[in-house]
Amino acid sequence: MSDTHALTPRAYHLAHEPHPENGTALGFWLYLMSDCLIFAALFATYGVLGRSYAGGPTGAELFDLPLVALNTAFLLLSSITFGFAMLQKQQNKVGGTLAWLAITGLFGLCFLGLELYEFHHLIHQGAGPQRSAFLSAFFTLVATHGLHVTFGLVWLVVLMVQIARHGLIHENQRRLMCLSMFWHFLDVVWIGVFTFVYLMGVL
Amino acid sequence: MSASHTPPHAHDAHHHGSHHHDAGPHSTLSGYMVGFVLSVILTAIPFWLVMGKVIADKGTLALVLGAFAVAQILVHMVCFLHMNGKVEGGWTLLSTLFTVVFVAVGIAGTLWVMFHMNANMMPTHAPGHAHTPAVEQRAP
Repeated sequence: MSDTHALTPRAYHLAHEPHPENGTALGFWLYLMSDCLIFAALFATYGVLGRSYAGGPTGAELFDLPLVALNTAFLLLSSITFGFAMLQKQQNKVGGTLAWLAITGLFGLCFLGLELYEFHHLIHQGAGPQRSAFLSAFFTLVATHGLHVTFGLVWLVVLMVQIARHGLIHENQRRLMCLSMFWHFLDVVWIGVFTFVYLMGVL
Repeated sequence: MSASHTPPHAHDAHHHGSHHHDAGPHSTLSGYMVGFVLSVILTAIPFWLVMGKVIADKGTLALVLGAFAVAQILVHMVCFLHMNGKVEGGWTLLSTLFTVVFVAVGIAGTLWVMFHMNANMMPTHAPGHAHTPAVEQRAP
């Protein structure tokens, strides 16, 4: 008992209380990192199964690299246009923010459209997810990314309505910041997809 | 890593400027443009390497592609996601480093284990030769 009493005065006080400067950003970042683990699991699965063709078509036969390059360009352009929207937001320009968000959404739609076209094309020629372990892993990984983009687009549209109705209020600025992190994160995941799935798949 | 690295006046400014508290880090046009140009270059080169069949050796090419991917991910992290050691008192960077280690161990470990299992459990070998090293069994 006397030990504890002797220890009590030795409590440490930090010069600055540690507190999150921006709790939402850190929390959302942690969500993105956990999302990153989902993709890591799917990449690992693809890494294991990616050459198990079961006598079916290989990546080299299926993948259309110019199409993938175009898709990558769409996503990259949508990243920079979202950046422009954030710059407009910083200057409190509602119209400019909405315009750049709309352009971002259009690039996102182009990306999704092209990906759906690719999936349709693959399934049409008998290379659907049930064909081989390689195609199962491919569809799971790429479609999970596509699903993220889809929900990002839904979020984008909802947020545009919010901004149009309420302006760039504090809450909308916070939401915009989170969506921007989400969108750029999806672009980072796509770097992994086009490098490890498409480019290395045709080697 | 902690808030003690932040200069005192900068710390106070954060307290008073409550309007920008949740608005995220300040972005600049030049930051985005640098990131965009670098990304375009780091994307174009890998596609050119593969589509133009520039490097004949597949192992080397795979390594080069991986290096470009890592470089581009870093560019995106810094220029688009505004990653540095100071935001959130370093916790963003710390959680990212943790995730990177976790992902690296997870992916490398999975590939390592699974390919060893593949090599040791080839379905073609006869039951009587179960003790024979896998390498010999794969020989025609």
